[in-house]
Amino acid sequence: MNLSPELRSQVMYVDVLIVGAGPAGMAAAIAAREAGVDNLLVLEREQNMGGILRQCIHNGFGLHRFKEELTGPEYAQRDIDKVKELGIEVRTGTTVLSIDEDRFVTAISRDKGVQMFEAGAIILAMGCRERPRGALATPGTRCAGVYSAGTAQKFVNLEGYMPGKRCVILGSGDIGLIMARRMTLQGAKVLACVELMPYSSGLNRNIVQCLQDYDIPLYLSHTVIDIEGKERLSGVTVAQVDANRQPIPGTEKHFDCDTLLLSVGLIPENELTEMAHVEMSALTAGAIVDDSLQTSKEGIFACGNVLHVHDLVDFVSAESFKAGKAAAEYVQGKKRVGKYVNLKDGNGVRGVVPQKLLVPEGEAETVQIMFRPAGVYKNATVRVMDGDREVARLKKLIFTPGEMAELNLKPEVIKGLSGGDVTIQIEQ
Amino acid sequence: MEQQITCINCPVGCRMTVTVEDGKVTNVTGNTCKRGVAYAEQECVAPQRMVTAVITVADRKTPVSVKTRTPIPKVKIFECMKQLANTEVKAPVHMGDVVCANVCGTGVDVIATKTVE
Amino acid sequence: MNKDIIIIGGGVVGCAVARLLSRYDASIALLEGGSDVADGASKANSGIVHAGFDAKPGSLKAKLNVEGARMYPELCAEVDAPYGRPGAMVLAFNEEERPTIEKLYQQGIENGVPEIRIIEHDEILELEPSVNPDVVCALLVPTSGLTSPYELTCALADHAAVNGVEFMIETFVNKIERVEGGYKLDTTKGEMTARIVINCAGVNSAKLHNMLSDKELTIIPRKGEYYLLDHTKPLQFTMTMFQCPTKMGKGILVSPTVHGNLLLGPTATDVEDGTAVETTAEGLKWAADAARLTWPKENLRTVITTFAGIRAHESNGDFVIGAVDGNPGAYETVGVESPGLSAAPAIAEYLVDMIEKAEGLTRKAEWKPAPKREKPFYAMTLEERAELVKRDPLNGALVCRCEQVTEAEIRAAIRRPVGARTIDAVKRRTRAGMGRCQGGFCSPRVLEILAEELNLDPTEITKCGGKSNLLVGTIAEAAGKENA
Repeated sequence: MNLSPELRSQVMYVDVLIVGAGPAGMAAAIAAREAGVDNLLVLEREQNMGGILRQCIHNGFGLHRFKEELTGPEYAQRDIDKVKELGIEVRTGTTVLSIDEDRFVTAISRDKGVQMFEAGAIILAMGCRERPRGALATPGTRCAGVYSAGTAQKFVNLEGYMPGKRCVILGSGDIGLIMARRMTLQGAKVLACVELMPYSSGLNRNIVQCLQDYDIPLYLSHTVIDIEGKERLSGVTVAQVDANRQPIPGTEKHFDCDTLLLSVGLIPENELTEMAHVEMSALTAGAIVDDSLQTSKEGIFACGNVLHVHDLVDFVSAESFKAGKAAAEYVQGKKRVGKYVNLKDGNGVRGVVPQKLLVPEGEAETVQIMFRPAGVYKNATVRVMDGDREVARLKKLIFTPGEMAELNLKPEVIKGLSGGDVTIQIEQ
Repeated sequence: MEQQITCINCPVGCRMTVTVEDGKVTNVTGNTCKRGVAYAEQECVAPQRMVTAVITVADRKTPVSVKTRTPIPKVKIFECMKQLANTEVKAPVHMGDVVCANVCGTGVDVIATKTVE
Repeated sequence: MNKDIIIIGGGVVGCAVARLLSRYDASIALLEGGSDVADGASKANSGIVHAGFDAKPGSLKAKLNVEGARMYPELCAEVDAPYGRPGAMVLAFNEEERPTIEKLYQQGIENGVPEIRIIEHDEILELEPSVNPDVVCALLVPTSGLTSPYELTCALADHAAVNGVEFMIETFVNKIERVEGGYKLDTTKGEMTARIVINCAGVNSAKLHNMLSDKELTIIPRKGEYYLLDHTKPLQFTMTMFQCPTKMGKGILVSPTVHGNLLLGPTATDVEDGTAVETTAEGLKWAADAARLTWPKENLRTVITTFAGIRAHESNGDFVIGAVDGNPGAYETVGVESPGLSAAPAIAEYLVDMIEKAEGLTRKAEWKPAPKREKPFYAMTLEERAELVKRDPLNGALVCRCEQVTEAEIRAAIRRPVGARTIDAVKRRTRAGMGRCQGGFCSPRVLEILAEELNLDPTEITKCGGKSNLLVGTIAEAAGKENA
């Protein structure tokens, strides 16, 4: 970047720079420090660490990682405490403005103004955002009362305000389900949860405990086809959809409501990633990474929801520990030597991560691969194919798009790969 | 008496038919594994839920998040919410502090899940 | 309330008229029925400063369009509104459409549009590689421009306000009648009188006209639905791409906006209700299908919102601008549909000249310049940003991450002469909430800042005035708090 001499003199060097202090960024920072990186900096745009967990006041977090059930703030606090204990520098209220492929980073905050960094390695941990109404092109007016579920959650849980009293929820993602219960408990009436697909993308437990417990009907294969109201929302029209997700005339239902909450998908926040010209996957909407979570740009790593949208924070943390460790090894000059093979989506599989796998010259380690099933598959088998040869398999009673599937490739499997493309597929 | 419930233990979500006689589960069908039976025995006899909420902190713009330390009877949820709506705490509150002891006579305390200094 | 002059309507025309009248020695109020200036047609249109080839030669539309377009660069510089001149093309996709292109060319020449010429297939694709390769020929219009219609309207309003014009929002005129020495207005904020009234009420302008005049005018509200796509680099299209016009208007366009987004639309449907700005499944589908003729590889994956606007189409098809027949002291701008935005500066000049002469207005000794706007943060270099934060640390607090809007900019928008009072008004002035997350992350913070600045409870803040409150109460009240 062309800088004035004055700005140039202010550029700071950091070994590992982490963007985001949500669960991913915190775990990456902890792992990097524990792997011996002293010159480490975390930048966070919010005033507090913890990311979206701060507003997820419900329980259900941490069963895998801590073997106990925590609320979002409690889960976050454990990492915050650890970050503090390790003396890791975190600059909150600091928004990263740019990242380039030479790992030059600019940021801004109230207290420190414009800040510039040259980083030995960067870990991208920006998380994701909600798909807004605009992106759905749902017809109707642009009245008040239509919120993404997470925005409503922020109003209720962090600010203590109710965004409405009679709600319809579009989308049965977990945030939508959690908000159905939350609004109900706070005295609102939730009239329906409407899901475009023939199945919910939320956890079973949430369908039972957030909808069924409160007799909130779940309309599968339905969508909102009209949003009404001049100033504040006054009602929505819901219709059943056919196999092509088109509304079926004659199936319309009308709900009088003042609030429509949208839980219609999460999108990794990759604007900074794209600025650095990192190669992206159209399927995950995140970076293409290898098994060390390094992107196509050397020294730039990605983890957590910015890489691919996870179901459980426990898995975000696990992935981010790996990224932190890998970034540390990168700046410590530990070269990974070997040959790369590509991991490809086969039948029934969407968005395998990592997309590249190093077959090392020396000893291999177990590599976990994750993906989303493209549909619901019962009594099915995931097969990992090296050309025509099956090298690993996983059998399960059910695979659903709502639950990320994962399977491990053992060191001997990795060492035995032919070098051609490896395909992951589901067979029923 | 027969009840239809969905097992929440895993994504399979078995639809189970549970027979309850004299307050005891006598038969479960539709389950795939034995975890379904255990769930049915709790859920159909004495269903319980964790309650999480936020409560007002005096002289602060933002509330503090709280939870019941352990699950409480499902029937007590709304009563619990009402009691919490009428509870106000003073800062500082620390994660784990009891903000409402023995909520609605359940014997369960409500504790803060974050710290407000 | 009594004023020398009352302007009805705070759209781009009303505000342009207010700005020019603020040069004169007179007490002036502008009444706006909505919750902000630019609340009607001025907030939802294509934002194009048409060069003037489209209007019928000899019509008022043609004259004021060409004149207005000529005034734009200087006006936008003066009031600090965005303006760009990327040019435009009108595309013909078969030989049958060539005569239309030739006719538009002739019309453009007659109307005095500079630099236009007809170009052929190869040159078109060289200039705009994303265009449908079936294209045969096109009218190239290098002087076609872009503005941000709501930002321009706000800037005009601010300039008028610093020169003494009083802006009254949520003040809807129900009735107007002629009284001794002027006019009496029955409004939602009470009765008002003025010696001179100027009706710039857009879609409601014919109703007000008909209260004064026997020569009835009819406005047919004509709805246009649009898609707005995220800004991308490089731009998919660098110029405004028109198709051949139809009876209902200029047809579907695919155009960059002045902020680098891509705009698709508008449809053209006559509707009964001039406030009916909802989008429809049919309209959106039609727009997407029609735009594909221009852009065969149309990609709607980056759509960030859809919206509809209303054009005030007068049934005779021309602007009606001037004195209201038989009503001394009453003036009007009726039927200002496209190219109304392009013509607005010229409409204001034409009308104010007329009023000055007829009413004997005298100029004030001093006409203050328009208040300067800080260059938007998103457009600044790193050096400029570094300097800015040193001046005011609030420039370092980014509120809207998608459009890079700072807390300082949001507070400044609320404190402007005609300041923002609602979430949408902040959005129009700063772009906060206008990006890909559509305010998902920033709206709670914008709401909080509005409440602080306006000294209101958060539950009183609205999206767009009236009863469009975002919050309905505290959670403790909702869950059954006693003595709440």
